[in-house]
Amino acid sequence: MPELTYREAVRDALSQAMRQDDDVFIMGEDIAEMGGSMGVTAGMLDEFGPERVRNSPISEMAIAGAAIGAALQGMRPVAEIMYEDFLTLATEQIVNQAAKHRYMSGGQVTVPVVFRTQGGAGWSPGAQHAQQLEAWFVHIPGLKVVFASTPEDVRGLLWSAIYDDNPVVFFEHRTLYPIKGDVPQEIEPIPLGRARVHREGEDVTVIATGRLVHESLKAAEEAEGEGISVEVVDPRTLQPLDEETLVSSVKKTNRAVVAHEAVTRMGFGAEVAAVLQYQAFDWLDAPIERVGARFSPLPFAPVMEAFVVPHADDVLAAIKRTVGKEG
Amino acid sequence: MAVEQHRTSLGKSELQDVLREMLLIRRFEEKVEERFRAGDLPGFLHVAIGQEACAVGVCRALEDGDVIASTHRAHGHTLAKGTHPNELMAELYGKQEGCSHGYGGSMHLYDVERGNLGANAVVGGGLPQITGAALAFKLRGEPRVALSFFGDGATNIGTFHEALNLAQLWQVPAVFVLEDNKWAESTPESQHSPIRDLSERAKAFGMKALKADGQDVEVVYRTARKALDHARGGEGPVFVHLETIRFSGHYIGDPQVYRDRDEARELRETRDPIELLRAKLEVSDEDFAALDAEVTEIVEGSVEFAKNGTDPAPEDALKNVYA
Repeated sequence: MPELTYREAVRDALSQAMRQDDDVFIMGEDIAEMGGSMGVTAGMLDEFGPERVRNSPISEMAIAGAAIGAALQGMRPVAEIMYEDFLTLATEQIVNQAAKHRYMSGGQVTVPVVFRTQGGAGWSPGAQHAQQLEAWFVHIPGLKVVFASTPEDVRGLLWSAIYDDNPVVFFEHRTLYPIKGDVPQEIEPIPLGRARVHREGEDVTVIATGRLVHESLKAAEEAEGEGISVEVVDPRTLQPLDEETLVSSVKKTNRAVVAHEAVTRMGFGAEVAAVLQYQAFDWLDAPIERVGARFSPLPFAPVMEAFVVPHADDVLAAIKRTVGKEG
Repeated sequence: MAVEQHRTSLGKSELQDVLREMLLIRRFEEKVEERFRAGDLPGFLHVAIGQEACAVGVCRALEDGDVIASTHRAHGHTLAKGTHPNELMAELYGKQEGCSHGYGGSMHLYDVERGNLGANAVVGGGLPQITGAALAFKLRGEPRVALSFFGDGATNIGTFHEALNLAQLWQVPAVFVLEDNKWAESTPESQHSPIRDLSERAKAFGMKALKADGQDVEVVYRTARKALDHARGGEGPVFVHLETIRFSGHYIGDPQVYRDRDEARELRETRDPIELLRAKLEVSDEDFAALDAEVTEIVEGSVEFAKNGTDPAPEDALKNVYA
């Protein structure tokens, strides 16, 4: 099995799709000569040329809208929105247009577009370059939402997103770009709506997304040392949600922690907790614990930033609370 | 790219047909007003009475395969692009036979088979997607044009500026048709724009801009033809500025407290695009009455068709959310 970084895995999915299919193209700010602000598209201009690696003005409404328009003609554009924070500028086109064209037309059209974006704290950019806004988009019928946490997943999920006939908002995490992982020789598409059990355990299920998958795996190692067996599950696709895998895991362990980097309050984890209490209430031996960012914008000073967003320690403390140990 | 040369003006028999089409749209919208006031029609409806020459002149200049995006004031565009009045009226009644199968309503009229990519209830919402559709045509080397209608109110919103900028930058085959009726809902142009000639906004992007009298359907057609040929020929997008008049209020039932009634009445008496064409063609009272009777029958038939249409089941609301 070859090893790729998360960054290379994204690039590989884009490049392979573009090699086999003229209808796939990418557009976004600084994606051509510069290779994207995160270096994801480095080298793609040389291979595919400026018609298919389209450097765009700083113009999120037009980037999103033009991608939607091309998708309405049957192309499969992948628009890069440089930072999740800038999704707010494209939200009208994504929420009012992409998500609703099929519905409003009574099923006459499909909108096979992907909006790739990235965010995440841990590098002190302050309040407008690292938000985690996935909860905004899982609330919109008509959109699919993906948040991949490993090289293998990001490659297989991006492939499926490109070939899905629905608009997909595809979240990547900035701090994961350099991580390495084994990937299959050939791309194996990962169906949207299927969770991944990263680690099996008996006592507690941690349901985590993005960076918090890795923090949760660290926490699970430490818990193991203290005699607590932890299962870690990554939904990978937030909409549609693989409720069955999450619920069956919790029915096995009888305890649950939901963890994400986004603000806890009204976050994606609230919905997961609601699903679990409704479908697995009689199996729960403890209140569902939640881990996420504190209710504040992201601060600049590193000590404050580290205080606001969750880490492995926070997940470990939550795990311990579910088993009645001091957290 | 080889461009077929088209005639740049309409012959007399075509103009007769244009008159019929404009009158059909007028009578259709008058009927919509009547049925809404009678309580038959749900929702929020906007008519474009007085602007028929824009819809008919532009759509007649389009080729098969060209696509449009429309606005909240979309009945005329939809009929002019070829949707049957029965399907449009059925949509307004919320029936399965409607052009959006009851999922859209007046502000979301689609007819994709006929190139209508949808009316939009967000002012300016369709413009970036027309840039994108035109980009797809360019990337695939197809001799097609994507065209967006919008009003003067839309020229203040970000999507307008971003869509025009990108279209001109990437030289895509798009045409942007401003139906400048001088009102953004109830707000006059003097209160919503610091400049009087909105073509200047397109020129600021380096875009070719054509201006025309939107009440004269022949002029509208010629101007649209010129714009479409330019875009189709790979010479870049075009901005078409049509000066027009909204005889009616913003929405059906709008008391128009913001508007001088005498001025509106005078405009209606002197600048009605249907009357202007009728005079030019020297249509006799008798012939006009016959034409009127013919289109009125079609409109009445559309109401019957719609009333006899099929109501969707409530749970059909959960279909078409995803492909």
